[in-house]
Amino acid sequence: MLVWSRAGRAGAWAVLALLVGVIYALPAIIIILASVTGQWNGVLPSHFTLRHYANALHGSSAAMLRASIVTGLLASALALVNGSWAALALRNTRPLPRRVLDIVFFIPSAVPSVSVGLGLLVAFSRPPVLLNGTLAIVFVAHFVLVSAYSYGNVSAGLARITPEYEQIAESLGARPWYRLRHVTLPLLMPYLIAAFSLSFALSMGELGATVMVYPPGWVTLPVGIFGITDRGAVFDGSALTVLLAVTALAVLIALSRIPIKAAQR
Amino acid sequence: MAEAVLGHPAAAPGLSVPFIGPDAARRGIGYEGIAVAYKGTIVLADFTLAVRPGEIMALIGPSGSGKTTALRVTAGFVRPLRGRVHIGGRDVTDLPPYARSIGMVVQNYALFPHMPAYENVAFGLRARGAQEATIREQVAACLRMVGMESFAKRYPRELSGGQQQRVAIARALAIRPEVLLLDEPLSALDAQIRLTMLEELSRLHRSLPTLTVIYVTHDQTEALTLADRIGIMRDGRLVALGDCQGLYRRPPNRFAAEFLGRANLLPVTVEAEDAASGLARVRFGAASLMVRRNPEATAGQAALLCIRPHDLRLEPPGPSANSLAASVSEVRWKGDLHDIGFEIGGHRLRLTAAPLRTPPEAGALVNCYFAPEDATLIPEERRG
Ligand SMILES: Nc1ncnc2c1ncn2[C@@H]1O[C@H](COP(=O)(O)OP(=O)(O)OP(=O)(O)O)[C@@H](O)[C@H]1O
Ligand SMILES: [Mg+2]
Repeated sequence: MLVWSRAGRAGAWAVLALLVGVIYALPAIIIILASVTGQWNGVLPSHFTLRHYANALHGSSAAMLRASIVTGLLASALALVNGSWAALALRNTRPLPRRVLDIVFFIPSAVPSVSVGLGLLVAFSRPPVLLNGTLAIVFVAHFVLVSAYSYGNVSAGLARITPEYEQIAESLGARPWYRLRHVTLPLLMPYLIAAFSLSFALSMGELGATVMVYPPGWVTLPVGIFGITDRGAVFDGSALTVLLAVTALAVLIALSRIPIKAAQR
Repeated sequence: MAEAVLGHPAAAPGLSVPFIGPDAARRGIGYEGIAVAYKGTIVLADFTLAVRPGEIMALIGPSGSGKTTALRVTAGFVRPLRGRVHIGGRDVTDLPPYARSIGMVVQNYALFPHMPAYENVAFGLRARGAQEATIREQVAACLRMVGMESFAKRYPRELSGGQQQRVAIARALAIRPEVLLLDEPLSALDAQIRLTMLEELSRLHRSLPTLTVIYVTHDQTEALTLADRIGIMRDGRLVALGDCQGLYRRPPNRFAAEFLGRANLLPVTVEAEDAASGLARVRFGAASLMVRRNPEATAGQAALLCIRPHDLRLEPPGPSANSLAASVSEVRWKGDLHDIGFEIGGHRLRLTAAPLRTPPEAGALVNCYFAPEDATLIPEERRG
């Protein structure tokens, strides 16, 4: 929609600002405010403190943050490898098997994550594969949940690379591995980074499935936040939330700064 | 390389007995009965062609006629349904592209965007595990050959179309291929650069006389300028093949006559032939004309008379010239030539001539002339 009149344009911006303000900014502001609140009885907090951050940086929260980051990085990396491999392998297959695998990949992100957690719990709590109560099941849960995004992003990227680059590479004498390593993957780099970033962000915020499967020693931040707020410590929960968001943001910014030579003009 | 040298007489002047053998044709590029289908649609049918070693073969034809497909079969990007491909005497039909030793330049160049020009040119050598010193030497030589040595550090997006094209050619030549496939390499360039590049391609081939080149183009001027022989494609088939002059002067069929250079075509009946003089008498309406004889169009048969626009004259070119009365339908001045349209018994003819001082006016009745040797006969095609 293109708005040409000046008043119309101002109106459009106002609506957009309102939407963004209400939907994105307001909850974020409230959480940030809450994280530094000592007491909040009226419309605005009456007394500010950094105590919640002090709490957050001591005790178990550092371990939670570490659990979240490790889980996020590991699950996203595995999902990226797996998703890229699947997308590359399925690129030249017939439409039917590809459709089927598309669906397999996308189902976990379409059902409630609690159900995914439950499914894994049931599947892996008896032999032959006993993962119940282990770290591995957390990674598996996150891996399953973010796989769709890795696979989807990489396939979209592959579809946009004209086959000519790879064909020329091959005619110049590049065998399949060499070609993959020196042509296909570098050209895919922007999509790989996008896939990893999205997976990591999702994993950092994952609660539903993690709550079902996490072992005692591996509490991720979202699970921790859920537990703390459930016990009524809303302001401590807010401080942890801010911590989670800042960490995720820092990793995403770092990822976005990886130089991409393949960037087109 | 030694094999290719043997096959090329110009490159082996000392050789008293040039290589002649039953598979001489296969030493360049040989296609035997190639058929290719995309999703069940045949796009190349019974494609048979022998490209001689060291030759530049132009493939021309309208869009969709299968030219690119023929190149893709050569490089191994598509597998033919039937038929065999030979390169340098080797059957490569079942070889993957990386084992074929082919240099290819595609229409949009497809330079690797994530590598500077130098690395693009070095790619093939690195992929083959060449020594760093060899790579440096070879890449420098190839970049110099195309005049791009000062652009080695630039990324493709920092190069103009013509510069990208040069790098693409250098990249293809760096692996010292036996065969260079060029798919409309000049189509993205403007007319001025196209002419320069055409000359440079000629020069390049003179410096690499053993290199067999297939040059795909829409543009008949490029084909006529650069190629030793021309193959004309239509609907996935090779419909004409010959050396440039022969194909231009004596097109074997109507399609070839119209596609390679514009031709004036008139329906005639062959009246008599004279094998001794090489001429035949044909009838066009009431006029009786002497033309070059075609053994495939014998007395009594219908045929097409083919005259190139620049062979039609307003003055008789000699005592034996044929003459046709025609009415001028349009006169166009195009700077370096006059382009005159005639109407003759319901048929349209074109004449081009160096700019005329007193061009005829539209509507005027004039005689136009042509020499018997400038007119050829195309046998009437059998209708299927
Ligand atoms: N990947 C493909 N899938 C299906 N059909 C294809 C494919 N590539 C080409 N074709 C079809 O094959 C036929 C021949 O194509 P080709 O590219 O060889 O033509 P061309 O002579 O190179 O044409 P142009 O001059 O336009 O480049 C065309 O009808 C085209 O539509
Ligand atoms: Mg083409």
